[in-house]
Amino acid sequence: MTTASVTAKSLDAVSCHICGLLISFEYIAKSSARCPRCDSPLHSRKANSLKRTWALLFAALIMYIPANIYPVLTLTNFGQPTPNTIIGGVVELAEAGQWTIAAIIFVASVFVPIFKIIALLFLSFSVRFRMKGLRRQRTWLYRFTEFIGRWSMIDIFMISILIALVQLQAIATIQAGPGAVAFAAVVIVTMFAAMAFDPRLIWDIQGDDND
Amino acid sequence: MQKFCALSLLTPYMWRDGKRRFSIRFAFSSEEGVAIDKDFSYTDALVACPECDLIHKVSAIEAGEQGRCRRCAALLFVRHKNSLDRSLAFALTGLLFFVLANMFPLLIFEMDGQFQSNRLIDGVIAFWNAGYWELSLIVFISSVAAPFLILSVLVSLLVPMRFNRSPSHPQKQIRLLIHLRPWAMSEIFILGIIVAFVKLNDFANVSVGLSLFAFVLMVAATVMAYLSLDDDALWSRLEAIRE
Repeated sequence: MTTASVTAKSLDAVSCHICGLLISFEYIAKSSARCPRCDSPLHSRKANSLKRTWALLFAALIMYIPANIYPVLTLTNFGQPTPNTIIGGVVELAEAGQWTIAAIIFVASVFVPIFKIIALLFLSFSVRFRMKGLRRQRTWLYRFTEFIGRWSMIDIFMISILIALVQLQAIATIQAGPGAVAFAAVVIVTMFAAMAFDPRLIWDIQGDDND
Repeated sequence: MQKFCALSLLTPYMWRDGKRRFSIRFAFSSEEGVAIDKDFSYTDALVACPECDLIHKVSAIEAGEQGRCRRCAALLFVRHKNSLDRSLAFALTGLLFFVLANMFPLLIFEMDGQFQSNRLIDGVIAFWNAGYWELSLIVFISSVAAPFLILSVLVSLLVPMRFNRSPSHPQKQIRLLIHLRPWAMSEIFILGIIVAFVKLNDFANVSVGLSLFAFVLMVAATVMAYLSLDDDALWSRLEAIRE
């Protein structure tokens, strides 16, 4: 069953990305390319969505390597420095018996960044190769990816608290490591990648499917 | 049949908040041939789904109900009772707690008789002093600047509107509000505090400072301010004031 779905595009109209007002092409041609209600620039689809998503994902993949190789923090306890990588931190928490916290950090810092990169790669390739099925599921995947992305920042916030708090010179100090910069870059860049992807592209491809 | 399908796609389904009951509401009956009025320069009677672009007719719904996309279930619009007043009340509460959250220590750390405490801003300063200015900037924006700006923009927008006056540059303020939203990460910061607490608890005495409570309450107030804000009420109120 083919359904004649009425979209803003098929109505020759644009939905404002900021306030949701529906504006006809005619108005844009006559008046201006800015929203009459909230004054933001109008575009039917995000500009160069796939190219920007790919570029940002590629950057994230590169940054992912130093993020996991270099230590994110170094604890110096009585003159004994112990550097910690992201995964090292999870292992340490698990060894100390803090399973819940270890699981939270594992999900937020290890699973989420990889999941995000893979999900966005899959989504943009599915649009590129004009995949027709699973549109609703792909939209949900996008929504989920966009939602979970920010939660990877837990580790960065934890480091910021630890380095501010543990500064007892001779006894114990905690210092940030270069891995933290790379890790924060991965999180921020993948957030931008998720923002660059336009889920409407999933629905733009016409054809038979079960939506 | 073809016509019916096209029409049914125009009807958002509703979800009653309180009762968690799933109810589908049809905006039109299937027999009446309701054509969409294509003759508009701009309109808020129709709304395109922000995630799949499907057109829906904005129907009258009761306070506490939501309209979701019929095709992909994205949230299209909400109605709340006293939306703007509630949002303002929560924003003011949040702002108050934000001030308190910045005044006192978040955590207090004790080891071998030496004490150390940290405030909200200290993480930013510590990154800066360690030479990681990028991290300092990111933490500053996401835990201090963006949450504070969101609350103050809400207040500076809604206070004049409460007294029937037009706020200055309302379009700019609302756009700022929407763009800032993903970068305010206070709720994630709370989890960061919990993890830091657990990590330190292994080898030292850590206790909770007064500001931590204020910070948690600020996050709760901010979330409530956002949840009770109804964009359509905001725009229609602005328009009513202007006239």
